[in-house]
Amino acid sequence: MRLASCLLGTTVAIALLSGPAFAAEELTGTLKKIKESGTVTLGHRDASIPFSYLATDPRQPIGYSHDLQLKVVEALKQKLGMPDLKVRYNLVTSQTRIPLVQNGTVDLECGSTTNNLERQKQVAFSVGIFEVGTRLLTKKTSGVKDFADLAGKNVVTTAGTTSERLLKAMNADKQMGMNIISAKDHGESFLMLESGRAVAFMMDDVLLYGEMVKARKPDDWTVVGTPQSFEIYGCMLRKDDPAFKQVVDEAITATYKSGEINAIYDKWFLQPVPPKGLNLNFPMSEQIKKLIAEPTDKSAEEM
Amino acid sequence: MDFSAIPAALPSLLEGMLLTLQLLVFGVAGGVALGTVLAMMRLAHAPLLSNLAGLYVNYFRSIPLLLVITWFYFAVPFILRGITGEDTPVGAFTSCLVAFVMFEAAYFCEIVRAGIQSIPKGQMAAAQALGMTYGQCMRLVILPLAFRKMTPLLLQQSIILFQDTSLVYSVGLMDFLNSARSRGDIIGQPHEFLIFAGLVYFVLSFSASLLVKRLQKRLTV
Amino acid sequence: MNYNWDWGVFFKSTGIGDEIYLDWFLAGLGWTIALALSAWIIALLLGSLLGVLRTVPNRWASGIATTYVEIFRNVPLLVQLFLWYFLVPDLLPEPLELWFKQDLNPATSAYLSVVVCLGLFTAARVCEQVRTGIQALPKGQAAAARAMGFTLPQIYRYVLLPQAFRIIIPPLTSEFLNIFKNSAVASLIGLMELLAQTKQTAEFSANLFEAFTLATLIYFVLNMSLMLFMRGVEKKVAVPGLMSVGGK
Repeated sequence: MRLASCLLGTTVAIALLSGPAFAAEELTGTLKKIKESGTVTLGHRDASIPFSYLATDPRQPIGYSHDLQLKVVEALKQKLGMPDLKVRYNLVTSQTRIPLVQNGTVDLECGSTTNNLERQKQVAFSVGIFEVGTRLLTKKTSGVKDFADLAGKNVVTTAGTTSERLLKAMNADKQMGMNIISAKDHGESFLMLESGRAVAFMMDDVLLYGEMVKARKPDDWTVVGTPQSFEIYGCMLRKDDPAFKQVVDEAITATYKSGEINAIYDKWFLQPVPPKGLNLNFPMSEQIKKLIAEPTDKSAEEM
Repeated sequence: MDFSAIPAALPSLLEGMLLTLQLLVFGVAGGVALGTVLAMMRLAHAPLLSNLAGLYVNYFRSIPLLLVITWFYFAVPFILRGITGEDTPVGAFTSCLVAFVMFEAAYFCEIVRAGIQSIPKGQMAAAQALGMTYGQCMRLVILPLAFRKMTPLLLQQSIILFQDTSLVYSVGLMDFLNSARSRGDIIGQPHEFLIFAGLVYFVLSFSASLLVKRLQKRLTV
Repeated sequence: MNYNWDWGVFFKSTGIGDEIYLDWFLAGLGWTIALALSAWIIALLLGSLLGVLRTVPNRWASGIATTYVEIFRNVPLLVQLFLWYFLVPDLLPEPLELWFKQDLNPATSAYLSVVVCLGLFTAARVCEQVRTGIQALPKGQAAAARAMGFTLPQIYRYVLLPQAFRIIIPPLTSEFLNIFKNSAVASLIGLMELLAQTKQTAEFSANLFEAFTLATLIYFVLNMSLMLFMRGVEKKVAVPGLMSVGGK
């Protein structure tokens, strides 16, 4: 027993000492898998406008997070010396994204995923890519001004999101008697709202602006309410894979440092976006500016 | 109602339909193969084998297909990793296909079993009298006869599978229904695309069932 | 495999009110049973009516029933559900539409959509079973009844249907079990039945395997016990003198 642990200790020590020399050669985890299979699988969303969504070509996701994701692919090509690394796309929903990253189906998911402590137990997050507040989308004429007005009403949110938990907890704690509908994706949530099944749709404010862009009459809608939480989006990757995380973080940070981020931001939040060519007009908030100036992989609750 | 946006979306819908058909073809092929093996196990004289196959059939026949699809979608990659020790990329397509093959095998097994049981015992006895082994009897005599009898039932089950492939919607695979829904959502005409999808499913599966009926008449002469 | 097994998860708090995960499963099971039973009532009544229509000597009646069966059998259940849930309410007259969408609890309106959808879908299948059952009876039965002066409704009411139903109990049983399984599609429109609760538990607790295993077990036990129950019914009402009785 003693001898064994002693031997083990020595081996570990040797491994640690010779670590840096090896690290350049020896690939582990996701990087190894990507190198061996020649393919990286990216998770994308169906209707997270303008972060990651399908507009005209059902095989080609587009969006802000998607552009950042492609920056990571570029970095991977360089790092692994694989100029023709293949990219495979895998559609995820709010409910499937975490299990799919965990179970190895998806290597990297950049969409509209909030980095929080609970999820950190299951997956790892890159440096933050966006910051939002959770608010309400409602008809201008609905009379809903804030969350308190929702008592006794039908409210929709997307299953598997932080908003769903916040809303359900709020309903139980404050005994508001709301009827909460959990729809499968943001597109379906908005359909519930637009068709009159719910008076309000709780979600990350920027996604709500994205849904408005898609509406038949965008002018009928408005985003209201005190943010119930501030959340930082990050790209999701498997836990305990520091080498891969480093590549991801460096690629995103480099995009921030070089100022390229401004063009990407401009393209998705201040210019008309597909499919209808409408403009979100969502100027960069102070929080996002700070996130870009000082990249961090901490969640909002840790800050 | 405004169906004018549909022609422009046809290429992407067609792609969805191709995926649906792939699921169908591979699902039926795999399901019939596994189902036949299960049926032979059920009819075998070894109690262990027949009980095992019986349990399999009962198990898959008592749970919803939707549950199997969701389950497998999450579990297959985990299980593969457990076996190979590495992350094996398994897309939604593969995991759904595995789900369909395993699920439908339970139903195909029952059809094949009934088909085999409908062959008179004399056929088996005669083949054995000619000196064939059990495997040869099955492969050369009983199964060809049985498959001829049960072709209409197998095809009917395949039409049901064609419709059931739409359930992959739940895991976000872009089959015909999901691409129609997704197009409709982005364009802002969900109703029109849904009705169109329903019509296409109806036309395809109705004409297939007419063909099966005709075939049934021919085969039973 | 970096997965933390925890079979005690069902007794843990969900973090919402003071519910534990097991409460979610029970609530989900309740919805599943409610859906299946109410849809079954529609399916059985409408299916029997259609089955009778298919066999009566009247072209129009059998034409209508046949058309119904073909439409409802050849469109995927999920498409039908989306039509009932997303499209049909929009076609209602305005006051009714507003009542359905806004005054009703969303769970209730979803429930109604699923019940109607599943009921009509299964009715097409029940219809075919009833027709088969009626046609399986010897032609002499109806002829004898007519000779005795029974009217057509009386022939069906007293002679054909009582026998047909007793013959078709096994296929009806499997339709009855199917309705329980098919009710899982309700999870896709946000009704929190068993499968939806399972997914939610998997997501909230991160104990995916445990949640899905429990759901599988519940469906399995439910299915098996219903099957045994129906076998009992089948034995009780078996028609004496037919080949199937006493065989197995």
